[in-house]
Parts: sequence; C-alpha cells; structure tokens
Amino acid sequence: MNSSVSNDNGFLLKVEDLKTWFPVKKGLLRRTVGFIRAVDGVSFTIRPGTTLGLVGESGCGKTTVARTIVRLIPATAGRVLFENSDLLMLDKRQLRGLRKNIGLIFQDPFGSLNPRLTVGNIIGEPLKLHKGITGAELTDRVAALLAKVGLSPDHINRYPHEFSGGQRQRIGIARALILEPKLVICDEPVSALDVSIQSQILNLLKDLQQEFNLTYLFIAHDLAVVQFSCDNVAVMYMGKILEYAPARELYRNPLHPYTRALMSAIPRVDTSQRGKREILHGEVPSALNPPSGCPFHPRCPLADDYCRKRSPPLEQKQGPETHLAGCWKC
Amino acid sequence: MSENGTLLSVENLSTHFFTQQGVVRAVQDVSFSVNKSRTFALVGESGCGKSITALSIMRLVPEPQGKIVAGKIIFNGANLLDLSERRMRTIRGNRIAMIFQEPMTSLNPVFTVGFQIAEAIRLHQNKSRAQAWELAEQMLHKVRIPDADQRVTEYPHQMSGGMRQRVMIAMAVSCEPTLLIADEPTTALDVTIQAQILDLLGELQKQNQMSILLITHDLGIVAERADNVAVMYASRIVEVADSRSLFEQPLHPYTQGLLKSRPRLGYTGKRLHTITGTVPEPLYFPAGCKFHPRCPVGCNDKRCQTVEPELRQVAPGRRVACWYAPGYEKPDDPKL
Repeated sequence: MNSSVSNDNGFLLKVEDLKTWFPVKKGLLRRTVGFIRAVDGVSFTIRPGTTLGLVGESGCGKTTVARTIVRLIPATAGRVLFENSDLLMLDKRQLRGLRKNIGLIFQDPFGSLNPRLTVGNIIGEPLKLHKGITGAELTDRVAALLAKVGLSPDHINRYPHEFSGGQRQRIGIARALILEPKLVICDEPVSALDVSIQSQILNLLKDLQQEFNLTYLFIAHDLAVVQFSCDNVAVMYMGKILEYAPARELYRNPLHPYTRALMSAIPRVDTSQRGKREILHGEVPSALNPPSGCPFHPRCPLADDYCRKRSPPLEQKQGPETHLAGCWKC
Repeated sequence: MSENGTLLSVENLSTHFFTQQGVVRAVQDVSFSVNKSRTFALVGESGCGKSITALSIMRLVPEPQGKIVAGKIIFNGANLLDLSERRMRTIRGNRIAMIFQEPMTSLNPVFTVGFQIAEAIRLHQNKSRAQAWELAEQMLHKVRIPDADQRVTEYPHQMSGGMRQRVMIAMAVSCEPTLLIADEPTTALDVTIQAQILDLLGELQKQNQMSILLITHDLGIVAERADNVAVMYASRIVEVADSRSLFEQPLHPYTQGLLKSRPRLGYTGKRLHTITGTVPEPLYFPAGCKFHPRCPVGCNDKRCQTVEPELRQVAPGRRVACWYAPGYEKPDDPKL
C-alpha cells in the first residue's frame, strides 16, 4: 500500500494499515448489522526522539489510534511495530513487559488521578509494580522526578485535590515518565488548561523530551499547539489520514482542502485579518453511514463526481517526498 | 453602523460568595459599558470572575451564598438591581438573553427542541401555541439548521454539539433581545464548527441590531469578533480597550503575557513565552496588585506588593490598572 508514510529503518514505532472497527449491534439477537470504522487504514512511523502529531476534530479517531496501539482497544487489522516486535501479537505477559516502555498522559487532569492516593503513591505505583522498588529508594526517585516536572518534593504526601489543573497535569506527566519509557503518548495534554498554563506545560514537555530523549505521539485538536510541539503532523478525518508532512512544511504549504480549512478556522490575534476566513460548511458525517469515495467530499469546496466515487490514496503531491496528501484535487 | 449609545453599563459591581471558609470576592469593583449593536468581550482565565459578572447582570447569582454587594447595572436607563424579581423576569430571556458553554446540559433532554423554543416564545410574547411553533421553526431555519421543518420535532440527543448550540442560539434570539450574553459559546465545539457559530452570531447581530457581551478565554475569538475588550484577572478588570489597540499595544503585563504565550500558527521558536506561577486562589489573593507575584515588571516593586492600582484612563478609550503602564498617573501616595 502506498499509504506507508516513511521508509526509514530507524523507527521506534511503526503503524501499518491499522484498522479499528466497532461492530454495531441491533435487534433482539444483537446481530452485527455494520461497523463503525473508527480507524480505517492508518499508517505512520515515528523516529526516536521526535514527535508525531495527530490532529483532527472530535470523533476523527485520533484517540482510538492511541488506545489501539497500547491495546486498550482490540485492533481489527494491521500491525504496530514497536522496536521490531508487533504489539498486536504479544501475549499478556509480554505486553506487560512492553508497557513499561510506553507512558500515557491524558487530557483531563481532574479525572485521571485517583483522589484517594497521595501524589507519591500515584507516581510511585508503577515503580512498585513493574520494578519492585519500595521504601526510601522509591521516595527518592519520586521526589527527584517531581522536581524535574516543576513541582516541589514536599508535595509528595499531598492529595490531587490540593493542586490546580496545571499542577495536576504535571503530576500526570511525572506518572507517565517514572518508568523511563521510550514512547510517551500525550492525548490532548493541554486542552483542559488555561492559556497561561498551556505554554508552561508545552515547554515542559519539550524540555523533558530533550533531557530523556523521549519520543512522543502527540494527539490534539489545535493545529497551533501541534505545529509548535511536533516534528511531523498527520491530519485525520473520519478514521483516515488525509495529509502527512513535517510540521513547518504543513504550515507553509497545506495541500489538502481540509487542512486549509482547519488552519483558516483558527481565530488569529490579528484584527486586520477579520472576516477573511474560509468557513467550512456542514458537519462531520455520521460514522455509521460514511460517505462514498473521499470521506471529505460532502464538505469539500473542490469535490466533483470523481471524488464522490473513488477514495484517494495518501501519496506524494507537489513538494518534498515527506509531504503526503490524500486528495484527487491537489 | 447605526447610532451607538450605551445599552448596558456596569458600574463598580462587586459580587461576593459567603462560604464557610470565608468570603470569596468573585467580582470586585468591575465597571464597563456595552454599546448598542456592538460586541464587548470579557476575557480571562478560569476563575477570574467573568462568568459571575454575566450571572450578576442576569441576576442569576446562586443565592444565598452569592450576593451582589455593591454597584449598579444600568440597562436601558434602569438599574436592574432595583427591579423586583417579577419585573426582572420580563427582562431576562426577553430583552437580555444568554447562551452557555455546554449545549448538552442547557437543553432539556425530554422535550423536543421545537417545544423548548416555543415555550420561551410563549412566555414572553402573546402568541398561540401554533404561532409559537411556527416561529420556532422559522428560528431554526434562521440559525441555518438544515431541514428545519423536520429537525423541530427532534430531541436534543439526536443532534450534534454544533446543532445544539444553534438551537440554544435560536431560543435566545427568538424574542429579539437587545443584549445577548454569550458565555464561552464555542468552547465545547470543534474549530470548524466554532467558525460557523461565530459567523452566525455576527450575522444575527447585524440583522437584529443586537449587542453582544462575549465571555471567552480565547484571545483569538476576541480579535475576530469584539469591538471592545476588558481583560479580567483575579476578580478585577485590569485593562479595557478597543480590540485593535489592545492587540497592537497591550498595556498591562498580564495582557502582554497572555498574548505572547499563545501558540500560534507559523511560530518557529523553540520555546513559548510563559507567565510564571498560577492564578491565585480567590480566598488567598495576594496583597497589592494581584498580579505582582507573576509579573515580570513589578514583582519586586514595593508599591506593587502593597498598593492595588485602580483602573484609570491612560488614553482616550483606554483604561488600565498597572503602576507601570505608560501614562498611568502616579499621585503622591502617603503610604510610600
């Protein structure tokens, strides 16, 4: 398939033609009458030490990709190669060993921390479970990491409710990093935070990436945030990647009409640009009844009959070979 | 644009909450005015008091803990705070309407959207059931819901978030209010839908000559939509300006910090600017200027640490509360 995104051998994570379909059941016998194709043939690679951004609107499948990779949701088809082992083929015991290498940071800093555990326990628990470290060594390591994420080691015996949203997100980051993972999946890490806190967390993630040579899969809906944080960006729509490019290239030369519309829709702090936005008509179609051909055609200003019939492959258009787009019109 | 008198003027409004832990001064000494058929934006981060200001205007502050302790809210020449609850009810939803952030929880799940819009119409206008229903259908059409004649009989759960927000807007503008308070109207929506909703609000504003009080945390939306802006921080307004001057030359260090720390498309730097520290808890506001612990300019200044600057005019149409702002007069303070 030519939707494979890079031929580089030096990858940490390589996802090939990943599909996650959810059965739709109906009637008394709960017969499967169809599928919601939440992720429908997604491929990408992430090289060590870099960040790949997955952007898209709600329901486009970006979170499902992440959850399928860590096997929180079973995949329907495809391969997920993490350092040469296929995560989708591992048995339970092997998977447990591998999960040490993948950290997760979630969107909601309020819902993702157990309110009954102290900060020390929240961050230290993975260390106890996976490495059997306890006592003074555990406390030392948690305290050291707390300092790294910008909290005070004195916070170790406090509970999550005593912290603000930004501080809780720092706790969540520390928990994800305590096992020294190679890959960290950040699912909308800043979208629940205030503007002045957002930039602190984005900077912190960058600093930690440099210090620990982390690789990020960064999921967000905000193109400006993604452009700042990522080396490469994949734009998703209805379970498919529509455009894939290095972040700067994507910003300089967006090819897919959907990417252009997304960029145009972001309100700018520039009063002279007022009213110059392209506004996309309509809404994302129901995943139960997806459109034929190109998934974007019902909202696309350029669509014609061909787009309605044939689904475009993700391929190189004008521009560098790292820039791929799935569109008949560009 | 048409004549631009003042429609709403909020004068020295203070709203406090009396809790077991102490008095939370949620809104302190807030003054601003909204002109006819213009958009005024209140910007600030969560907990800065912008939503409580809006609820105070609607007189919907949750009682008995919450209380408007001082100030005036002059709407069309009358002080809303002097009105009886009964009189207020004829204004609320009729002359002043409000839309909220969460379109999921602000609609009643057990009634059709048509019923809910018609109910609001019949409450304020002398219309029959059939007339109100017909008007509801027209309103849905006006907010550009496709197949409005069928959608009118649907329930909120059958609609997407963007559609539901359109229904809320239809309900709010069905009585042709002169003031629409929009509290984070697009925060829960996707960017492409956000752009549609903002566009729709602008169009309705033009058609109905309606003033909008837009409450948001997103400076981009302000730049896009607002004529005038007030920036709130820790229960107070720290800066007021027309939006062009605010973005071209922000005067308060907090406004400057907010503008700089925003990730924007095309930014190629390695790091984002940050405002250090966090927003103070309302029960433990610092002395002096509430922004001083986070302020790059005044954090070590004794005056900033002890004396709170009031909001003063520094240029025509520009007010700011900062000892260091250019043009901010420094009267002889006996304390220093």
